Amino acid sequence: MEIFITVASVSGISTILTILIIISERLFNNYGTCSIDINDGAKKLDVEGGSTLLSALAENKIFIPSACGGKATCGLCKLRVLDGAGPLLPTEEPYLNAEEKANHTRLSCQVKIKKNLKIVIPEEFFLVQEYKTTVAKIDRKTHDILEYNFKLDKPITFKAGQYMQVKTKPYGKVKEVVWRAYSISSNPSTHDAVELIVRRVPQGICTTYMHDHVKEGDIVELTGPYGDFYPRDTASGYVMIAGGSGLAPMKAIILDMLERGIDKQMYLFFGAVTKKDLYYVEYLQELADKHANFHFIPALSGALPEDNWTGEKGLITEAVDRNVQDITGLHGLLCGSPGMINACIQVLKKKGMTDDIIFYDKF
Amino acid sequence: MSSPAINPILIFVAAIFTSNMILTNFLGMCSYISVSSEYKTASGLGKAVTMVSVVTAVISWMMYHWVIVPLKLEYLQYIIFIIVIAAIVQIIEMALDRFSPDLHMKLGIFLPLITVNCAILGIILFMVIRQYSFMQTLLFSFGSGLGWLLAIQALAAIREKMAKTKLPPGLEGPGITFIITGIMALAFIGFSGMVAVQ
Repeated sequence: MEIFITVASVSGISTILTILIIISERLFNNYGTCSIDINDGAKKLDVEGGSTLLSALAENKIFIPSACGGKATCGLCKLRVLDGAGPLLPTEEPYLNAEEKANHTRLSCQVKIKKNLKIVIPEEFFLVQEYKTTVAKIDRKTHDILEYNFKLDKPITFKAGQYMQVKTKPYGKVKEVVWRAYSISSNPSTHDAVELIVRRVPQGICTTYMHDHVKEGDIVELTGPYGDFYPRDTASGYVMIAGGSGLAPMKAIILDMLERGIDKQMYLFFGAVTKKDLYYVEYLQELADKHANFHFIPALSGALPEDNWTGEKGLITEAVDRNVQDITGLHGLLCGSPGMINACIQVLKKKGMTDDIIFYDKF
Repeated sequence: MSSPAINPILIFVAAIFTSNMILTNFLGMCSYISVSSEYKTASGLGKAVTMVSVVTAVISWMMYHWVIVPLKLEYLQYIIFIIVIAAIVQIIEMALDRFSPDLHMKLGIFLPLITVNCAILGIILFMVIRQYSFMQTLLFSFGSGLGWLLAIQALAAIREKMAKTKLPPGLEGPGITFIITGIMALAFIGFSGMVAVQ
Protein backbone atom coordinates (compact mmCIF):
# COMPACT_ATOMS: atom_id res chain seq x y z
CA MET A 1 0.00 0.00 0.00
CA GLU A 2 2.76 2.37 0.98
CA ILE A 3 4.67 1.59 -2.19
CA PHE A 4 1.58 2.36 -4.17
CA ILE A 5 1.12 5.74 -2.49
CA THR A 6 4.78 6.63 -3.05
CA VAL A 7 4.82 5.70 -6.71
CA ALA A 8 1.46 7.29 -7.36
CA SER A 9 2.29 10.55 -5.61
CA VAL A 10 5.73 11.01 -7.18
CA SER A 11 4.38 10.23 -10.64
CA GLY A 12 1.37 12.40 -9.90
CA ILE A 13 3.52 15.35 -8.91
CA SER A 14 5.75 14.90 -11.96
CA THR A 15 2.76 14.62 -14.26
CA ILE A 16 1.14 17.73 -12.83
CA LEU A 17 4.37 19.69 -13.23
CA THR A 18 4.82 18.42 -16.79
CA ILE A 19 1.29 19.42 -17.65
CA LEU A 20 1.94 22.83 -16.09
CA ILE A 21 5.04 23.25 -18.26
CA ILE A 22 3.16 22.21 -21.38
CA ILE A 23 0.31 24.57 -20.60
CA SER A 24 2.65 27.46 -19.94
CA GLU A 25 4.54 26.72 -23.12
CA ARG A 26 1.29 26.87 -25.06
CA LEU A 27 0.35 30.02 -23.25
CA PHE A 28 3.64 31.88 -23.33
CA ASN A 29 5.05 30.68 -26.63
CA ASN A 30 1.90 31.45 -28.53
CA TYR A 31 2.56 34.70 -30.32
CA GLY A 32 -0.18 34.22 -32.89
CA THR A 33 0.39 35.06 -36.52
CA CYS A 34 3.01 37.72 -37.11
CA SER A 35 3.62 39.49 -40.37
CA ILE A 36 7.08 40.05 -41.80
CA ASP A 37 7.47 43.08 -44.01
CA ILE A 38 10.42 42.58 -46.38
CA ASN A 39 12.21 45.47 -48.13
CA ASP A 40 9.69 48.17 -47.28
CA GLY A 41 6.56 46.41 -48.45
CA ALA A 42 8.06 44.59 -51.45
CA LYS A 43 7.00 41.27 -49.97
CA LYS A 44 4.85 40.34 -47.00
CA LEU A 45 4.87 37.03 -45.17
CA ASP A 46 2.50 35.79 -42.50
CA VAL A 47 4.17 33.31 -40.18
CA GLU A 48 3.43 31.60 -36.89
CA GLY A 49 5.20 33.45 -34.07
CA GLY A 50 7.65 31.70 -31.75
CA SER A 51 10.15 30.41 -34.28
CA THR A 52 13.38 32.10 -35.32
CA LEU A 53 13.51 34.49 -38.25
CA LEU A 54 15.98 32.25 -40.10
CA SER A 55 13.77 29.17 -39.99
CA ALA A 56 10.59 31.12 -40.73
CA LEU A 57 12.20 32.58 -43.86
CA ALA A 58 13.51 29.16 -44.92
CA GLU A 59 9.99 27.75 -44.60
CA ASN A 60 8.89 30.43 -47.01
CA LYS A 61 11.67 29.51 -49.45
CA ILE A 62 13.85 32.52 -48.69
CA PHE A 63 17.27 31.09 -47.91
CA ILE A 64 19.64 33.13 -45.81
CA PRO A 65 23.21 31.76 -45.72
CA SER A 66 23.97 29.89 -42.52
CA ALA A 67 26.68 27.36 -41.91
CA CYS A 68 26.01 26.46 -38.28
CA GLY A 69 22.28 25.78 -38.59
CA GLY A 70 21.13 28.45 -36.13
CA LYS A 71 23.58 28.08 -33.26
CA ALA A 72 25.08 31.58 -33.52
CA THR A 73 28.56 30.27 -34.28
CA CYS A 74 29.07 31.14 -37.96
CA GLY A 75 27.76 34.72 -38.14
CA LEU A 76 26.63 34.33 -41.77
CA CYS A 77 22.89 34.86 -41.34
CA LYS A 78 23.11 38.62 -40.81
CA LEU A 79 20.06 40.63 -41.79
CA ARG A 80 18.87 44.11 -41.02
CA VAL A 81 15.80 44.01 -38.80
CA LEU A 82 14.41 47.52 -38.65
CA ASP A 83 11.53 46.93 -36.29
CA GLY A 84 10.26 44.35 -33.82
CA ALA A 85 13.40 42.38 -33.08
CA GLY A 86 13.80 43.26 -29.41
CA PRO A 87 17.14 43.94 -27.74
CA LEU A 88 20.47 42.64 -29.08
CA LEU A 89 21.35 39.31 -27.45
CA PRO A 90 24.73 38.49 -25.92
CA THR A 91 24.98 35.60 -28.39
CA GLU A 92 24.90 38.00 -31.33
CA GLU A 93 27.22 40.66 -30.02
CA PRO A 94 30.57 39.06 -30.99
CA TYR A 95 29.57 38.87 -34.68
CA LEU A 96 28.53 42.48 -35.18
CA ASN A 97 30.75 45.53 -35.55
CA ALA A 98 29.78 49.05 -34.44
CA GLU A 99 28.43 50.00 -37.86
CA GLU A 100 26.26 46.88 -38.09
CA LYS A 101 24.92 47.46 -34.59
CA ALA A 102 23.98 51.01 -35.57
CA ASN A 103 22.10 49.94 -38.71
CA HIS A 104 20.12 47.26 -36.84
CA THR A 105 21.92 44.25 -38.27
CA ARG A 106 21.05 41.06 -36.40
CA LEU A 107 21.78 37.35 -36.65
CA SER A 108 18.53 36.05 -38.08
CA CYS A 109 18.99 32.69 -36.31
CA GLN A 110 18.81 34.45 -32.92
CA VAL A 111 15.88 36.75 -33.59
CA LYS A 112 12.71 35.13 -32.32
CA ILE A 113 9.53 36.24 -34.02
CA LYS A 114 7.30 37.69 -31.31
CA LYS A 115 5.57 40.49 -33.17
CA ASN A 116 5.37 42.05 -36.60
CA LEU A 117 8.81 42.53 -38.11
CA LYS A 118 10.26 44.89 -40.68
CA ILE A 119 13.35 43.46 -42.33
CA VAL A 120 15.69 44.17 -45.23
CA ILE A 121 16.86 41.26 -47.37
CA PRO A 122 19.51 41.88 -50.04
CA GLU A 123 18.05 41.29 -53.51
CA GLU A 124 20.48 38.48 -54.32
CA PHE A 125 19.02 36.32 -51.54
CA PHE A 126 15.78 36.07 -53.50
CA LEU A 127 17.71 34.32 -56.28
CA VAL A 128 18.73 31.66 -53.79
CA GLN A 129 16.85 28.45 -54.37
CA GLU A 130 16.79 24.92 -53.08
CA TYR A 131 18.05 22.28 -55.51
CA LYS A 132 17.56 18.53 -55.33
CA THR A 133 20.66 17.31 -57.11
CA THR A 134 22.08 14.01 -58.26
CA VAL A 135 25.79 13.41 -57.90
CA ALA A 136 26.77 12.80 -61.53
CA LYS A 137 30.51 12.40 -61.08
CA ILE A 138 33.11 12.34 -58.33
CA ASP A 139 36.64 13.02 -59.48
CA ARG A 140 39.71 12.68 -57.26
CA LYS A 141 41.95 15.71 -57.69
CA THR A 142 44.55 15.20 -54.95
CA HIS A 143 45.01 12.93 -51.93
CA ASP A 144 42.53 15.08 -49.97
CA ILE A 145 40.51 16.96 -52.59
CA LEU A 146 37.54 15.61 -54.53
CA GLU A 147 35.61 17.33 -57.29
CA TYR A 148 31.85 16.74 -57.36
CA ASN A 149 29.57 17.29 -60.32
CA PHE A 150 25.95 17.81 -59.29
CA LYS A 151 23.14 17.51 -61.82
CA LEU A 152 20.47 20.07 -60.85
CA ASP A 153 16.71 19.61 -60.94
CA LYS A 154 16.18 23.11 -62.30
CA PRO A 155 18.44 25.66 -64.03
CA ILE A 156 20.69 27.91 -61.94
CA THR A 157 22.00 31.41 -62.61
CA PHE A 158 25.02 32.51 -60.63
CA LYS A 159 28.01 34.81 -60.76
CA ALA A 160 31.44 33.21 -61.02
CA GLY A 161 32.94 33.29 -57.51
CA GLN A 162 29.72 32.61 -55.59
CA TYR A 163 29.17 29.57 -53.40
CA MET A 164 26.55 26.90 -52.69
CA GLN A 165 25.59 25.27 -49.41
CA VAL A 166 25.51 21.51 -49.05
CA LYS A 167 23.04 19.91 -46.64
CA THR A 168 24.36 16.78 -44.97
CA LYS A 169 22.32 13.81 -43.84
CA PRO A 170 22.92 12.17 -40.45
CA TYR A 171 25.61 9.47 -40.69
CA GLY A 172 27.49 7.26 -38.25
CA LYS A 173 27.75 9.04 -34.90
CA VAL A 174 26.73 12.39 -36.37
CA LYS A 175 23.03 12.82 -35.67
CA GLU A 176 22.65 16.44 -36.71
CA VAL A 177 22.14 17.98 -40.12
CA VAL A 178 24.60 20.70 -41.04
CA TRP A 179 24.93 23.17 -43.88
CA ARG A 180 28.38 23.94 -45.26
CA ALA A 181 29.50 26.35 -47.94
CA TYR A 182 31.59 25.39 -50.98
CA SER A 183 32.55 27.64 -53.88
CA ILE A 184 31.31 26.74 -57.34
CA SER A 185 34.18 25.81 -59.63
CA SER A 186 32.22 25.35 -62.84
CA ASN A 187 31.49 27.87 -65.57
CA PRO A 188 28.37 30.03 -64.97
CA SER A 189 27.34 29.38 -68.57
CA THR A 190 26.52 25.81 -67.52
CA HIS A 191 23.05 26.14 -66.05
CA ASP A 192 22.02 22.55 -65.42
CA ALA A 193 24.93 21.46 -63.22
CA VAL A 194 27.44 22.82 -60.71
CA GLU A 195 30.84 21.56 -59.66
CA LEU A 196 32.11 21.90 -56.11
CA ILE A 197 35.54 21.11 -54.71
CA VAL A 198 35.67 19.57 -51.25
CA ARG A 199 38.88 19.22 -49.34
CA ARG A 200 38.86 16.71 -46.50
CA VAL A 201 39.16 18.43 -43.12
CA PRO A 202 40.12 16.01 -40.31
CA GLN A 203 37.03 15.60 -38.06
CA GLY A 204 35.01 17.89 -40.36
CA ILE A 205 31.34 16.92 -40.25
CA CYS A 206 30.48 17.84 -43.82
CA THR A 207 33.78 17.02 -45.53
CA THR A 208 33.79 13.56 -43.93
CA TYR A 209 30.21 13.11 -45.09
CA MET A 210 31.09 14.16 -48.62
CA HIS A 211 34.27 12.09 -48.85
CA ASP A 212 33.10 8.91 -47.15
CA HIS A 213 29.34 8.75 -47.57
CA VAL A 214 28.34 10.44 -50.81
CA LYS A 215 28.52 8.17 -53.86
CA GLU A 216 27.81 8.79 -57.52
CA GLY A 217 24.07 8.66 -58.12
CA ASP A 218 23.17 9.90 -54.61
CA ILE A 219 20.68 12.69 -54.03
CA VAL A 220 22.15 15.74 -52.27
CA GLU A 221 20.35 18.94 -51.33
CA LEU A 222 22.01 22.23 -52.22
CA THR A 223 20.97 25.85 -51.74
CA GLY A 224 22.47 28.87 -53.38
CA PRO A 225 24.01 30.79 -54.95
CA TYR A 226 25.34 32.95 -52.14
CA GLY A 227 28.10 35.47 -51.60
CA ASP A 228 29.51 38.73 -52.86
CA PHE A 229 32.90 37.31 -53.83
CA TYR A 230 32.90 37.97 -57.57
CA PRO A 231 35.00 40.22 -59.83
CA ARG A 232 33.81 43.81 -60.27
CA ASP A 233 33.72 45.20 -63.82
CA THR A 234 35.48 48.41 -62.80
CA ALA A 235 38.89 46.72 -62.65
CA SER A 236 41.34 46.76 -65.53
CA GLY A 237 42.64 43.38 -64.39
CA TYR A 238 42.78 41.01 -61.46
CA VAL A 239 45.38 39.56 -59.12
CA MET A 240 43.88 36.26 -57.94
CA ILE A 241 45.47 34.34 -55.12
CA ALA A 242 44.24 30.89 -54.13
CA GLY A 243 45.29 28.36 -51.53
CA GLY A 244 44.13 24.73 -51.42
CA SER A 245 40.45 24.38 -52.34
CA GLY A 246 40.37 28.17 -52.77
CA LEU A 247 41.17 27.48 -56.41
CA ALA A 248 37.52 26.57 -57.04
CA PRO A 249 36.01 30.07 -57.40
CA MET A 250 39.10 31.22 -59.32
CA LYS A 251 38.59 28.50 -61.92
CA ALA A 252 34.98 29.59 -62.38
CA ILE A 253 36.00 33.25 -62.69
CA ILE A 254 38.69 32.52 -65.27
CA LEU A 255 36.49 30.23 -67.36
CA ASP A 256 33.78 32.89 -67.31
CA MET A 257 36.15 35.74 -68.27
CA LEU A 258 37.84 33.80 -71.06
CA GLU A 259 34.56 32.56 -72.46
CA ARG A 260 33.11 36.05 -72.55
CA GLY A 261 36.29 37.21 -74.29
CA ILE A 262 37.09 39.84 -71.68
CA ASP A 263 40.54 41.16 -72.47
CA LYS A 264 41.84 42.06 -69.01
CA GLN A 265 45.09 41.02 -67.41
CA MET A 266 44.55 38.13 -64.99
CA TYR A 267 47.24 36.82 -62.71
CA LEU A 268 46.33 33.60 -60.91
CA PHE A 269 48.60 32.50 -58.08
CA PHE A 270 48.03 29.07 -56.63
CA GLY A 271 49.85 28.21 -53.41
CA ALA A 272 50.43 24.64 -52.24
CA VAL A 273 52.99 22.80 -50.14
CA THR A 274 54.17 19.91 -52.33
CA LYS A 275 53.41 18.59 -55.79
CA LYS A 276 50.81 16.15 -54.47
CA ASP A 277 48.66 19.11 -53.32
CA LEU A 278 48.44 20.52 -56.85
CA TYR A 279 45.42 20.04 -59.11
CA TYR A 280 43.96 21.68 -62.25
CA VAL A 281 47.55 22.74 -62.97
CA GLU A 282 47.89 21.27 -66.48
CA TYR A 283 44.40 22.45 -67.40
CA LEU A 284 45.06 26.02 -66.25
CA GLN A 285 48.54 26.03 -67.82
CA GLU A 286 46.99 25.10 -71.16
CA LEU A 287 44.52 27.97 -70.84
CA ALA A 288 47.40 30.31 -69.99
CA ASP A 289 49.32 29.19 -73.06
CA LYS A 290 46.30 29.89 -75.26
CA HIS A 291 45.37 33.29 -73.80
CA ALA A 292 47.95 36.05 -73.59
CA ASN A 293 46.03 37.96 -70.90
CA PHE A 294 45.90 35.05 -68.44
CA HIS A 295 48.99 34.26 -66.39
CA PHE A 296 49.06 31.18 -64.17
CA ILE A 297 51.71 30.96 -61.44
CA PRO A 298 51.61 27.92 -59.15
CA ALA A 299 54.03 28.09 -56.20
CA LEU A 300 55.18 25.35 -53.83
CA SER A 301 56.27 26.33 -50.35
CA GLY A 302 57.74 22.95 -49.41
CA ALA A 303 58.70 21.28 -52.71
CA LEU A 304 60.32 17.88 -52.12
CA PRO A 305 63.45 16.83 -54.07
CA GLU A 306 61.46 14.10 -55.86
CA ASP A 307 58.90 16.68 -57.04
CA ASN A 308 61.43 17.97 -59.62
CA TRP A 309 59.69 21.31 -59.30
CA THR A 310 60.95 24.00 -61.62
CA GLY A 311 58.27 26.60 -60.97
CA GLU A 312 57.99 29.21 -58.23
CA LYS A 313 59.23 28.17 -54.80
CA GLY A 314 58.52 29.72 -51.42
CA LEU A 315 55.44 31.26 -49.83
CA ILE A 316 52.67 32.51 -52.07
CA THR A 317 53.23 36.05 -50.79
CA GLU A 318 56.80 35.99 -52.11
CA ALA A 319 55.61 34.70 -55.49
CA VAL A 320 53.10 37.56 -55.70
CA ASP A 321 55.77 40.05 -54.71
CA ARG A 322 58.13 38.83 -57.44
CA ASN A 323 55.64 38.46 -60.29
CA VAL A 324 53.34 41.46 -60.13
CA GLN A 325 55.02 44.82 -60.71
CA ASP A 326 52.47 47.34 -61.98
CA ILE A 327 49.34 47.08 -59.86
CA THR A 328 47.46 50.16 -61.17
CA GLY A 329 43.84 49.42 -61.92
CA LEU A 330 44.04 45.83 -60.73
CA HIS A 331 41.64 44.36 -58.18
CA GLY A 332 42.63 41.68 -55.69
CA LEU A 333 40.61 38.44 -55.42
CA LEU A 334 41.77 36.16 -52.62
CA CYS A 335 40.44 32.81 -51.50
CA GLY A 336 42.03 30.55 -48.92
CA SER A 337 42.82 30.24 -45.23
CA PRO A 338 42.60 33.36 -43.05
CA GLY A 339 46.38 33.25 -42.43
CA MET A 340 47.17 33.21 -46.14
CA ILE A 341 44.64 35.93 -46.93
CA ASN A 342 45.88 38.29 -44.24
CA ALA A 343 49.48 37.88 -45.39
CA CYS A 344 48.48 38.46 -49.03
CA ILE A 345 46.47 41.57 -48.15
CA GLN A 346 49.63 42.98 -46.56
CA VAL A 347 51.64 42.33 -49.74
CA LEU A 348 49.00 43.86 -52.03
CA LYS A 349 48.67 46.92 -49.79
CA LYS A 350 52.43 47.35 -49.79
CA LYS A 351 52.24 47.44 -53.58
CA GLY A 352 49.65 50.22 -53.36
CA MET A 353 46.32 48.39 -53.60
CA THR A 354 43.63 49.88 -51.35
CA ASP A 355 41.30 47.93 -49.05
CA ASP A 356 38.15 48.65 -51.04
CA ILE A 357 39.37 46.81 -54.15
CA ILE A 358 40.66 43.72 -52.34
CA PHE A 359 37.93 41.08 -52.25
CA TYR A 360 38.35 37.88 -50.33
CA ASP A 361 36.65 34.69 -49.17
CA LYS A 362 38.17 33.26 -46.00
CA PHE A 363 37.42 29.73 -44.88
CA MET B 1 13.48 23.49 16.54
CA SER B 2 10.35 25.44 15.93
CA SER B 3 10.44 29.12 15.15
CA PRO B 4 6.85 30.29 15.19
CA ALA B 5 7.55 33.24 17.40
CA ILE B 6 10.40 34.88 15.53
CA ASN B 7 9.47 38.05 13.74
CA PRO B 8 9.74 37.50 9.95
CA ILE B 9 11.49 40.86 9.61
CA LEU B 10 14.25 39.64 11.93
CA ILE B 11 14.60 36.49 9.86
CA PHE B 12 14.85 38.65 6.77
CA VAL B 13 17.71 40.73 8.20
CA ALA B 14 19.45 37.66 9.58
CA ALA B 15 19.24 35.89 6.24
CA ILE B 16 21.04 38.77 4.57
CA PHE B 17 23.78 39.37 7.12
CA THR B 18 24.28 36.93 9.96
CA SER B 19 23.29 33.68 8.30
CA ASN B 20 24.25 34.61 4.76
CA MET B 21 23.83 31.67 2.37
CA ILE B 22 27.36 31.95 0.98
CA LEU B 23 29.38 33.47 3.76
CA THR B 24 28.12 31.45 6.72
CA ASN B 25 26.54 28.39 5.13
CA PHE B 26 28.82 28.18 2.09
CA LEU B 27 25.96 27.15 -0.20
CA GLY B 28 25.78 27.88 -3.90
CA MET B 29 29.55 28.06 -4.18
CA CYS B 30 29.97 26.71 -7.70
CA SER B 31 28.29 29.54 -9.56
CA TYR B 32 29.53 31.99 -6.91
CA ILE B 33 33.14 31.13 -7.78
CA SER B 34 32.75 30.72 -11.52
CA VAL B 35 30.47 33.66 -12.40
CA SER B 36 32.09 36.31 -10.25
CA SER B 37 34.83 37.69 -12.47
CA GLU B 38 32.62 40.45 -13.87
CA TYR B 39 30.42 42.68 -11.76
CA LYS B 40 27.69 43.02 -14.38
CA THR B 41 27.15 39.31 -14.93
CA ALA B 42 27.52 38.59 -11.23
CA SER B 43 24.72 41.06 -10.47
CA GLY B 44 22.56 39.44 -13.13
CA LEU B 45 23.05 36.01 -11.64
CA GLY B 46 22.46 37.34 -8.10
CA LYS B 47 19.18 38.95 -9.10
CA ALA B 48 18.06 35.80 -10.88
CA VAL B 49 18.89 33.73 -7.79
CA THR B 50 16.89 36.12 -5.62
CA MET B 51 13.85 35.89 -7.84
CA VAL B 52 13.98 32.12 -8.22
CA SER B 53 14.59 31.56 -4.51
CA VAL B 54 11.46 33.50 -3.52
CA VAL B 55 9.22 31.82 -6.08
CA THR B 56 10.49 28.30 -5.44
CA ALA B 57 10.43 28.69 -1.64
CA VAL B 58 6.82 29.87 -1.68
CA ILE B 59 5.70 27.05 -3.95
CA SER B 60 7.75 24.49 -2.03
CA TRP B 61 6.14 25.66 1.23
CA MET B 62 2.74 24.95 -0.29
CA MET B 63 3.99 21.62 -1.65
CA TYR B 64 5.38 20.65 1.75
CA HIS B 65 2.38 21.61 3.84
CA TRP B 66 -0.38 20.65 1.45
CA VAL B 67 1.07 17.58 -0.28
CA ILE B 68 4.15 16.11 1.37
CA VAL B 69 2.98 16.20 4.99
CA PRO B 70 -0.60 15.03 4.38
CA LEU B 71 0.64 12.13 2.25
CA LYS B 72 3.51 11.33 4.67
CA LEU B 73 6.09 11.65 1.91
CA GLU B 74 8.77 13.36 4.03
CA TYR B 75 11.37 10.79 3.00
CA LEU B 76 10.86 11.81 -0.64
CA GLN B 77 11.10 15.54 -0.02
CA TYR B 78 14.52 15.96 -1.67
CA ILE B 79 13.37 14.43 -4.93
CA ILE B 80 10.12 16.34 -4.90
CA PHE B 81 11.80 19.66 -4.14
CA ILE B 82 14.32 19.18 -6.94
CA ILE B 83 11.62 18.35 -9.48
CA VAL B 84 9.63 21.35 -8.31
CA ILE B 85 12.63 23.68 -8.64
CA ALA B 86 13.46 22.41 -12.12
CA ALA B 87 9.89 22.79 -13.32
CA ILE B 88 9.44 26.24 -11.82
CA VAL B 89 12.67 27.54 -13.33
CA GLN B 90 11.44 26.34 -16.74
CA ILE B 91 8.12 28.10 -16.35
CA ILE B 92 9.72 31.29 -15.03
CA GLU B 93 12.03 31.37 -18.03
CA MET B 94 9.16 31.03 -20.48
CA ALA B 95 7.07 33.63 -18.68
CA LEU B 96 9.97 36.09 -18.57
CA ASP B 97 10.67 35.57 -22.25
CA ARG B 98 7.10 36.48 -23.03
CA PHE B 99 6.30 39.27 -20.64
CA SER B 100 9.61 40.92 -19.92
CA PRO B 101 12.09 40.39 -22.75
CA ASP B 102 14.41 42.97 -21.20
CA LEU B 103 14.63 41.08 -17.93
CA HIS B 104 14.88 37.80 -19.82
CA MET B 105 17.83 39.29 -21.69
CA LYS B 106 19.60 40.08 -18.45
CA LEU B 107 18.73 36.96 -16.45
CA GLY B 108 17.80 34.45 -19.15
CA ILE B 109 21.15 32.75 -19.54
CA PHE B 110 21.50 32.28 -15.78
CA LEU B 111 18.14 30.68 -15.15
CA PRO B 112 19.04 27.13 -16.23
CA LEU B 113 22.20 27.44 -14.13
CA ILE B 114 20.12 28.17 -11.04
CA THR B 115 18.24 24.88 -11.28
CA VAL B 116 21.32 23.22 -9.81
CA ASN B 117 22.25 26.01 -7.40
CA CYS B 118 22.46 24.43 -3.94
CA ALA B 119 21.54 27.70 -2.25
CA ILE B 120 18.02 27.34 -3.65
CA LEU B 121 17.57 23.79 -2.33
CA GLY B 122 19.29 24.91 0.88
CA ILE B 123 16.73 27.64 1.47
CA ILE B 124 13.89 25.17 1.04
CA LEU B 125 15.45 22.59 3.36
CA PHE B 126 16.12 25.22 6.06
CA MET B 127 12.50 26.23 5.75
CA VAL B 128 11.47 22.64 6.44
CA ILE B 129 13.93 22.02 9.31
CA ARG B 130 13.12 25.32 11.03
CA GLN B 131 9.39 24.88 10.45
CA TYR B 132 8.92 28.37 9.11
CA SER B 133 5.44 29.78 8.62
CA PHE B 134 4.42 31.10 5.24
CA MET B 135 5.36 34.70 6.06
CA GLN B 136 8.67 33.61 7.55
CA THR B 137 9.42 31.51 4.47
CA LEU B 138 8.65 34.40 2.16
CA LEU B 139 10.96 36.83 3.94
CA PHE B 140 13.63 34.21 4.67
CA SER B 141 13.90 33.27 1.01
CA PHE B 142 13.89 36.88 -0.12
CA GLY B 143 16.56 37.75 2.46
CA SER B 144 18.69 34.75 1.54
CA GLY B 145 18.51 35.67 -2.12
CA LEU B 146 19.50 39.25 -1.36
CA GLY B 147 22.34 37.99 0.84
CA TRP B 148 23.57 35.80 -2.00
CA LEU B 149 23.35 38.79 -4.36
CA LEU B 150 25.24 40.99 -1.90
CA ALA B 151 28.00 38.43 -1.45
CA ILE B 152 28.53 37.78 -5.16
CA GLN B 153 28.43 41.50 -5.94
CA ALA B 154 31.04 42.20 -3.25
CA LEU B 155 33.25 39.39 -4.52
CA ALA B 156 32.90 40.43 -8.17
CA ALA B 157 33.73 44.03 -7.30
CA ILE B 158 36.85 42.91 -5.45
CA ARG B 159 37.86 40.58 -8.27
CA GLU B 160 37.42 43.35 -10.85
CA LYS B 161 39.64 45.63 -8.76
CA MET B 162 42.17 42.83 -8.49
CA ALA B 163 42.10 41.90 -12.18
CA LYS B 164 45.49 43.46 -12.87
CA THR B 165 47.13 42.41 -9.60
CA LYS B 166 50.09 40.07 -9.91
CA LEU B 167 49.42 36.83 -8.05
CA PRO B 168 51.55 33.77 -7.42
CA PRO B 169 50.61 31.32 -10.24
CA GLY B 170 49.07 28.77 -7.87
CA LEU B 171 46.67 31.30 -6.41
CA GLU B 172 45.18 32.64 -9.63
CA GLY B 173 41.45 32.12 -10.26
CA PRO B 174 39.63 29.92 -7.75
CA GLY B 175 42.52 29.96 -5.25
CA ILE B 176 42.47 33.65 -4.50
CA THR B 177 38.68 33.66 -4.74
CA PHE B 178 38.41 31.20 -1.86
CA ILE B 179 40.78 33.33 0.21
CA ILE B 180 38.77 36.48 -0.52
CA THR B 181 35.57 34.63 0.38
CA GLY B 182 37.12 33.48 3.65
CA ILE B 183 38.12 37.01 4.61
CA MET B 184 34.69 38.30 3.60
CA ALA B 185 33.11 35.60 5.76
CA LEU B 186 35.24 36.72 8.71
CA ALA B 187 34.05 40.28 8.12
CA PHE B 188 30.45 39.11 8.09
CA ILE B 189 30.95 37.52 11.51
CA GLY B 190 31.08 41.10 12.71
CA PHE B 191 27.34 41.27 12.05
CA SER B 192 26.62 38.29 14.27
CA GLY B 193 25.81 40.36 17.36
CA MET B 194 23.30 42.38 15.40
CA VAL B 195 20.53 39.82 15.13
CA ALA B 196 20.83 36.51 16.90
CA VAL B 197 18.31 34.31 15.19
CA GLN B 198 18.66 31.23 13.09
